[in-house]
Amino acid sequence: MKIDSIAKLDKWRKEIQTKQKAIKTKILICLGPGCLAGGSDKILKEFQTILKKKKIKDVLVESVKKTGCHGFCARGPMVIIEPLGIFYSKVKKVHVKDIIEKTLQKGEIIEKLLYKDPDTDKIYKEWRKIPFYARQQKIALRNVGQIDPDEITDYIVNGGYSALAKILKGMKPDEVIDQVSKSGLRGRGGAGFSTGRKWVTCAKAEENPHYVLCNGDEGDPGAFMDRCIMEGDPHTVLEGMIICAYAVGSQEGYIYVREEYPLAVVNLQKAIDDARKFGLLGDNILGTDLCFDLKISKGGGAFVCGESSALMRSVAGEIGEPRAKYVRSVLKGLHDKPTVLNNVETFANIPVIIEKGADWFAAIGTKKSTGTKAFSLAGKIKNTGLIEVPMGIKLKEIIYDIGGGINDNRKFKAVQTGGPSGGCLPADKLDLEVDFDTLADNGSMMGSGGMVVMDDRTCMVDVSRYFLNFLVEESCGKCVPCREGLFQLHKLNEKICEGKGTEDELKLMENLSKTIISGSLCGLGQSGPNPFLSTIMYFRDEYEAHVKKQECPGGVCKKLITYKINDDCNGCMACLSVCAASAITGKKKEQHTIDEVKCDRCGACYAVCNINAIDII
Amino acid sequence: MIIDSNKIQKVIDDSPQDKKQLIMILQNIQLEFHYLPKESIGLVSEYLGMPQSTVYSAATFYKSFSLVPRGENIIKVCKGTACHIKGADLIIDQLYAGIGIKPGQTTKDMKYTIEVVNCVGACAMAPVMIVNDKYFGEVKCNRATKLVKKG
Ligand SMILES: Cc1cc2nc3c(=O)[nH]c(=O)nc-3n(C[C@H](O)[C@H](O)[C@H](O)COP(=O)(O)O)c2cc1C
Ligand code: SF4
Ligand code: FES
Repeated sequence: MKIDSIAKLDKWRKEIQTKQKAIKTKILICLGPGCLAGGSDKILKEFQTILKKKKIKDVLVESVKKTGCHGFCARGPMVIIEPLGIFYSKVKKVHVKDIIEKTLQKGEIIEKLLYKDPDTDKIYKEWRKIPFYARQQKIALRNVGQIDPDEITDYIVNGGYSALAKILKGMKPDEVIDQVSKSGLRGRGGAGFSTGRKWVTCAKAEENPHYVLCNGDEGDPGAFMDRCIMEGDPHTVLEGMIICAYAVGSQEGYIYVREEYPLAVVNLQKAIDDARKFGLLGDNILGTDLCFDLKISKGGGAFVCGESSALMRSVAGEIGEPRAKYVRSVLKGLHDKPTVLNNVETFANIPVIIEKGADWFAAIGTKKSTGTKAFSLAGKIKNTGLIEVPMGIKLKEIIYDIGGGINDNRKFKAVQTGGPSGGCLPADKLDLEVDFDTLADNGSMMGSGGMVVMDDRTCMVDVSRYFLNFLVEESCGKCVPCREGLFQLHKLNEKICEGKGTEDELKLMENLSKTIISGSLCGLGQSGPNPFLSTIMYFRDEYEAHVKKQECPGGVCKKLITYKINDDCNGCMACLSVCAASAITGKKKEQHTIDEVKCDRCGACYAVCNINAIDII
Repeated sequence: MIIDSNKIQKVIDDSPQDKKQLIMILQNIQLEFHYLPKESIGLVSEYLGMPQSTVYSAATFYKSFSLVPRGENIIKVCKGTACHIKGADLIIDQLYAGIGIKPGQTTKDMKYTIEVVNCVGACAMAPVMIVNDKYFGEVKCNRATKLVKKG
């Protein structure tokens, strides 16, 4: 069926609405990356198998829906029953029968599966009330976790493609751009460039054709927002891109997805095929003059390909080396033609901005960073997961109110934002408001939205070493300061981790950083020293402990620590069996000892000991 | 390992003869053979009419391509930021003790290859290990080898 007019789209939406009204109860099963690792696919199957055989009022086999990431990964696998919003967490396959028989048939709540706040012991029945969710505001993620990403009807029934219909009905391209500009939307891929400005430049460019690209490379380690959008709500990315194509006059676009995200590719491809089938992509979209089609381009596992000019080369089948941008890529982009490149989340915001208007969007967040931002919370934090919050929220609120604080109630040490180009912020910066400019002013950056929380058992010198190692591997090698400079910086950093660094070398590292920043072509090199610079700015005492006292306060750097078994040891043999160096001896139920000479400090014993009987000295 | 060049040629012939598709063609070959056999560089260069050096540079630039044969089972250990601070190195150490190879290596019987990846987007479950596309989250280091053998 081709939807060849806007009237038909509206009619279709009404039809789906009527049909879906018949399904009173909905059972949402999260198949996001976290829940899937916990076996949620098996839970889904079990629901379908049992419900096929049972007749329950208001519950059909179609009531069971698979969704993208619902957000609260730490409590996965989760099952949500709508419209009541009952939230069952840590569900296993064996619970399914119970859920069907008790909750679906009799309306009883199974208390042991509900979420219990570990701090207050309060039990929550409904997911919207849980503190993790209550503080959030979802725009880009509005459908993720709520709809079945494979069903275009699910997207449409929730208002999908109505923004597209709205512009085709009565907005000129420059009016669309005007709305985007007025909304204040800034690119969510890292740099925070004004989206409206980018679109205007491309729209005005005289050369033809114009291209629209979506950056789904998400190379920052520790970030998974874009993955969840592409997997959980692919049509919103498509709709955002089609609107952009209309605004800048483009007929051809690409979505660049990193190869580590196979499910994103599958779901996007399904969305593209469906959209084409129904006449939402291709020639004469919704019966108008708009013609635009999309292809997926798969990355090859190179971080630098997230950079705009490298990405464009990669899409063109070349090696993804950045080029000097005397002329910006919006004018000379893919195949040297005018090109708009935006991030996945940026595009996901567009339909809502068009639908609800620029003023509505601009009223959210702060003056210069409008709207919301999606973050992935990971690291040593209780509530790991995917969140979306208004800009301007305090770091503290994200980490404690939403994130629930630090694992095992240990001490917070730092939060890393912005990936390898960003930095680490210490405890006294927790009052900072999260927006593009505040984070940048404080030596970090917004980045694409990865937030990795670190506790007192993390060594900041090691974190810096980790990122430098990452960048040495990922530098494309074109510029000497980046290729050789980062290599030397990493080497000096490694020396510090081994307790062999000197104070002069610390100074040398700071100088070298300046050279790398000023002499590199692309963002990778220009921001490469950031993890080092931000850690030495806020955690100089840790560097000094390594250099002056050969100590690692975080207890991480292997050359500077020893493991010792204390009197609490009950001789459970767990550490002994895991020690690959056979350095641990001791009888069952008797205190063990570690041979310091044999021990290679891998820390496996420390990780498996359940009663804290191993000390790091 | 000997691979029939005709088989490689077949994969190539099924792909569009377009220089822009270089990376896609290499991806297709790798999908079939789990690595890029030596012959494929020459065959692709002939097919697309571009120098072997260009094909070779693409094959070495992108991390996902392997120029050496890989084992039947691919073990990917995530070393993204979240996994790093939650003990990804411990998994690598334990796998070395358990199956005797380090990242980048393949067991002699061609059964296992270990690779390190930088974040697979499941950071909430760190540390993460993937065995042939099956994700394992919150991996306890002492269970790593067992999980691998179970598959
Ligand atoms: C080394 C490097 C890696 C990057 N990786 C990504 C990425 O993975 N995803 C992304 O959206 N932007 C990435 N960017 C930013 C892009 O170059 C570009 O600014 C962005 O995609 C533009 O979209 P936006 O304005 O919507 O943010 C990267 C930049 C650099 C320098
Ligand atoms: S700064 Fe580094 S990554 Fe960027 S172009 Fe130069 S060498 Fe390549
Ligand atoms: S850091 Fe390992 S999955 Fe992201």
